[in-house]
Amino acid sequence: MSLLSFYARNSQEVLGLVGQHVYLVAISTGAAIVIGVPLGVLLTRRPGWRGPVLGVANVFQTVPSLALFGFLIPLPFIGGIGARTAIVALVLYALLPIVRNTYEGIAGVDPAVREAGRGMGMTDWQLLAQVELPLGFGVILAGVRVATVVSVGTATIAAAIGAGGLGVYIFRGVAVVDDTLILAGALPAALMALAADGLLGVAERRFAWRAK
Amino acid sequence: MIPALEVRGLGYELRGRFLVRDVSFTVGAGETLVLLGRSGSGKTTTLKLINRLLEPTSGDVRVAGERVADLPVTRLRRRIGYVIQEVGLFPHFTVERNVGLVPRLDAWPPARIAARVRELLALVGLDPDTFVRRYPHELSGGQRQRVGVARALAADPPLLLLDEPFGALDPITRVELQREFAALEGRIGKAMVFVTHDVREGLLLGTHIGLMLQGRLAFLGSPDEFRRSDNPECRAFMAAA
Repeated sequence: MSLLSFYARNSQEVLGLVGQHVYLVAISTGAAIVIGVPLGVLLTRRPGWRGPVLGVANVFQTVPSLALFGFLIPLPFIGGIGARTAIVALVLYALLPIVRNTYEGIAGVDPAVREAGRGMGMTDWQLLAQVELPLGFGVILAGVRVATVVSVGTATIAAAIGAGGLGVYIFRGVAVVDDTLILAGALPAALMALAADGLLGVAERRFAWRAK
Repeated sequence: MIPALEVRGLGYELRGRFLVRDVSFTVGAGETLVLLGRSGSGKTTTLKLINRLLEPTSGDVRVAGERVADLPVTRLRRRIGYVIQEVGLFPHFTVERNVGLVPRLDAWPPARIAARVRELLALVGLDPDTFVRRYPHELSGGQRQRVGVARALAADPPLLLLDEPFGALDPITRVELQREFAALEGRIGKAMVFVTHDVREGLLLGTHIGLMLQGRLAFLGSPDEFRRSDNPECRAFMAAA
């Protein structure tokens, strides 16, 4: 059975899984931005916290994703079978690139620009909102891009704990040794990763102030 | 009359070492005190103690009679123009937004800011129509520093602090800007503290010269007194001129 005829016959199911996949990635990346950007900003204000926080975030990166999903299942509130557990794991993975790039985007702002801003009487909030975040935006966006692309891939494994998404086809295909089925899940996931990479890459270059 | 800036017994101690020690001077409207000195003599530190980018560990600074320690730090700084060697223009702001920064922080009406920006660009020798929409990366080093001076003057502060503003420019542009700045000083009537290690620049621009040596003010007087002084550090600087 060819891939195209598979899609033609199962279009409803395919669209449903793509929808689930986008949902997993969007919710988890969104949550990682909401948590990670303020955390990255905080690290620029409390340099002593940088080592511990980035260290912990790093540890999550080193845990194999299948194992992380497994570890989370028995936990109360965030655990169990389904999308919620998968989203928690995806957030943990996405945090490191976002926190690290937020920190580096802001720390990379020209010290003379910061001194001029402070010397002219900007408050710390004004400096952050008008100078540091806009100038660091390109670097922060690069972190979001990495997080998103990684999430698209990792979310396929979320099917193993019943979270749905395109991984459903991949796992099913592996179980019955059917290449078409594996491809039916892998191809849209790859296209999704490429699209996210491309779109966020364009946005990133638009905001790369320091390159000018 | 209350002087624009009064510094009494100013000191800054860091880990048991005095970077600035017992520095006192007064600067009135229309006067420019040039702080001369070698690298590490405490000139820049003294400047930063005035606008509280560093907090003094001893002594007293008064701006227009008010103790700076008693003022909210952002309000204090908006009343003091600040120009640094690296200029520090915001790369994502146009020239207009850069110059209008402090007026915008102080919530001036937009039309008044726009008019003020044009007035200031003309004052520092930049054609407003050509430059308001440009970004810092589209300017030469000399043009950037002109914008930096315009930005420092934007909210019409009575006091201006300048930290080697022309130090990073090529020699020809530097001389050009020094001459124009000398003319500007007379017109705007501000109190200024101007840090430099270039004695010729200091003698051209200063109404008073303060010579710093190892954190202390080793000499304070007029440019003529400086030229005639037999203080060995003054003579070392004169020999370099």
